Amino acid sequence: MTRIQPAATVTPLHPAAPTAVERSGGEPAVVLENVCKTYGRGASAVEALRGVSFDIRDNEFFTLLGPSGCGKTTLLRALAGFEHVSGGVIRLFGQDIVDVPTHKRPVNTVFQSYSLFPHMTVSENVAYGLRRLRRPADEIRTTVAEMLQLVKMERFADRLPTQLSGGQQQRVALARALAPHPKVLLLDEPLSALDLKLRQAMRQELKQIQAETAITFIFVTHDQDEALSMSDRIAVMSEGQVQQVGTPTEIYEHPANRFVAGFVGDANFIEAEITSPIGAEVTCRTKGGLDLRANGAKARPGQRSVTLFLRPEKVRLAPKGQGTVDGQVETIQYLGNACLMEIGIGEAAPVLVSERMADVDQPRRAVGDRVGVVFDPRALQVLEE
Amino acid sequence: MANLPENAALRRTLALGPALAIIGIFMLIPVIIMASYSFLEAKSFGGVNWVFSGDAYVQLFYERMLDDSLRLSPGYLIIIGRSVALALVAMVCCLLVGFPVAWFIARQPLRQRNMWILLITIPFWTNQLVRTFAWIIILGRNGVIEVPFRWTGLLAPEQTLGLMYSNFAITVGLTYTFIPLMVLPIYASLEKLDFSLVEAGADLYSSRWETFSNIIIPLSKPGIIAGCLLVFIPSLGAFIQPDLLGGGKNLMLGTLVQFQFSTARNWPFGSAIAMILLAFVVVFLMLYARASRGSKSLEVH
Ligand SMILES: Nc1ncnc2c1ncn2[C@@H]1O[C@H](COP(=O)(O)OP(=O)(O)OP(=O)(O)O)[C@@H](O)[C@H]1O
Ligand SMILES: [Mg+2]
Repeated sequence: MTRIQPAATVTPLHPAAPTAVERSGGEPAVVLENVCKTYGRGASAVEALRGVSFDIRDNEFFTLLGPSGCGKTTLLRALAGFEHVSGGVIRLFGQDIVDVPTHKRPVNTVFQSYSLFPHMTVSENVAYGLRRLRRPADEIRTTVAEMLQLVKMERFADRLPTQLSGGQQQRVALARALAPHPKVLLLDEPLSALDLKLRQAMRQELKQIQAETAITFIFVTHDQDEALSMSDRIAVMSEGQVQQVGTPTEIYEHPANRFVAGFVGDANFIEAEITSPIGAEVTCRTKGGLDLRANGAKARPGQRSVTLFLRPEKVRLAPKGQGTVDGQVETIQYLGNACLMEIGIGEAAPVLVSERMADVDQPRRAVGDRVGVVFDPRALQVLEE
Repeated sequence: MANLPENAALRRTLALGPALAIIGIFMLIPVIIMASYSFLEAKSFGGVNWVFSGDAYVQLFYERMLDDSLRLSPGYLIIIGRSVALALVAMVCCLLVGFPVAWFIARQPLRQRNMWILLITIPFWTNQLVRTFAWIIILGRNGVIEVPFRWTGLLAPEQTLGLMYSNFAITVGLTYTFIPLMVLPIYASLEKLDFSLVEAGADLYSSRWETFSNIIIPLSKPGIIAGCLLVFIPSLGAFIQPDLLGGGKNLMLGTLVQFQFSTARNWPFGSAIAMILLAFVVVFLMLYARASRGSKSLEVH
């Protein structure tokens, strides 16, 4: 069995690490080919992963996003080696690691429950991986100090994990996983146990640490804001399958299908029939008899019935009679910086509209108001089937 | 307000009252009686004369010759040594067998665990004497182990493997009898062990052995120590196993005490031996206290 050497020396932190995009030409850090995992067998078998295939680039902040039970943790555990896959290939920098045991993979994990060793102090925890790798004592000492500094936990070096708050334990868990300078760092919802403020602060910090250490991060979350704000690229998963892989903008602006569009952010879906030739812009007739111009980039030739997709903040409201169609405000949700409204336009479902509260003179909406609804033909997209 | 701490201390003492009384009546007083008897003169047919005498302890180390002179006699010291050695060996055997058993049970699904624990404790419901006799059938001449050897002709009819009436047989008996006392406390610590710590160990480049020695052992130390004490102490004082399986020729401390009180009717000498036994137990408990102080920080969570 081949042993993959974890990065032989602890490379000093690179304050100006090249961004993922610049280095994307290199070999992928992780390649997944048709990875399958079935728990149990017979009647109680659960297919947690059904043919997952995608690449993760070197030095990338990559996020696995999906609803509860979609197989994110299973995929991460397969990468760490805790779970043996039922089929497929996992390559780490070109080498198939499916049969490499956990302790020989140059991959470290930040556990959701932190899983710090309760009988070791903070610095012993951080030093643990380096000790197992038989690094010289003085190198261990300097790396531990460096890591504790990186996560701002120097003052707590001699504490036991039980004497730390949740946020502090989380930092130690991060330092412990980073200390051996793995080629890939796996993080399973590391922020989910923290309160909102701390979570937002940690997002920035994690992102910064990723840039400084130039380690490939694979981050699991079911929180779309977290995914959009931190990631270089995101894989959206559902029921053991990957729905789309792309940058946050691609995922949000150009979702590949209805699941992605609906899971990442709010969305309007309108069922319609194409009435014009297929082109960059198509004309569609909705079930309610409305003629709308839409972005047809994703429409297949010869396709007739389509789902149109539109983000609520891409809809503009105008005075009555001046929009694409007139409608009536059915509900209003006041969010402080925006108002989320449902506007009935005679279609099966009301249109969800998010109006920014940026303008002081902005008219205040009330339920029952009649307004004009403006659809931008570039924002109204034909969804891929 | 200044006397509040005193008040609290007083209240605490009062609250502990019943417990202290029970410890006093059932533990301290018998020990005091035993200690005082060991310094009295023996009556010929049991009981004591209320005359101070160090004879019992002298008898432990010396033999009184016909002319009343004393000669150093190692007989009882050998028995003490053998008792400690056999109890230690039984303890180690219990640990070697008990730990994997406890690990196995702790790794089972919750519902099956209780069934396994039940199975482990079943022997306790049967009479110890009967269970020890069963070993004679297994180890003895023409017993379960010897029969196949005879059938295959490896053992001539007049030969025997000599398993019975040996230190080996005593160790087997002690290990068998006390192993549940090792399994249960270790199981209790392993059950509390968060298995993701084992995964974290492997994730941080520990081989199976390194995970075992660096993570599993330290975290189950309280259970291991408790199990060792629970096996060692009763093994040291055991008298059924040495009697039945040792054939009375490999005496242990427990047998000796029993013999002094029943057959020999030398109560002070019996008490003196019991005091020696107690001394060993106290030494071991002190070692335990020191070891558990080291892992005290673990008990916080
Ligand atoms: N050890 C297991 N045995 C059987 N089924 C399992 C096991 N672990 C996970 N599953 C099942 O596999 C599926 C995927 O689980 P997984 O833990 O990967 O989901 P997840 O995406 O991480 O969800 P969450 O966001 O809730 O953590 C689920 O249906 C789950 O019930
Ligand atoms: Mg999960």
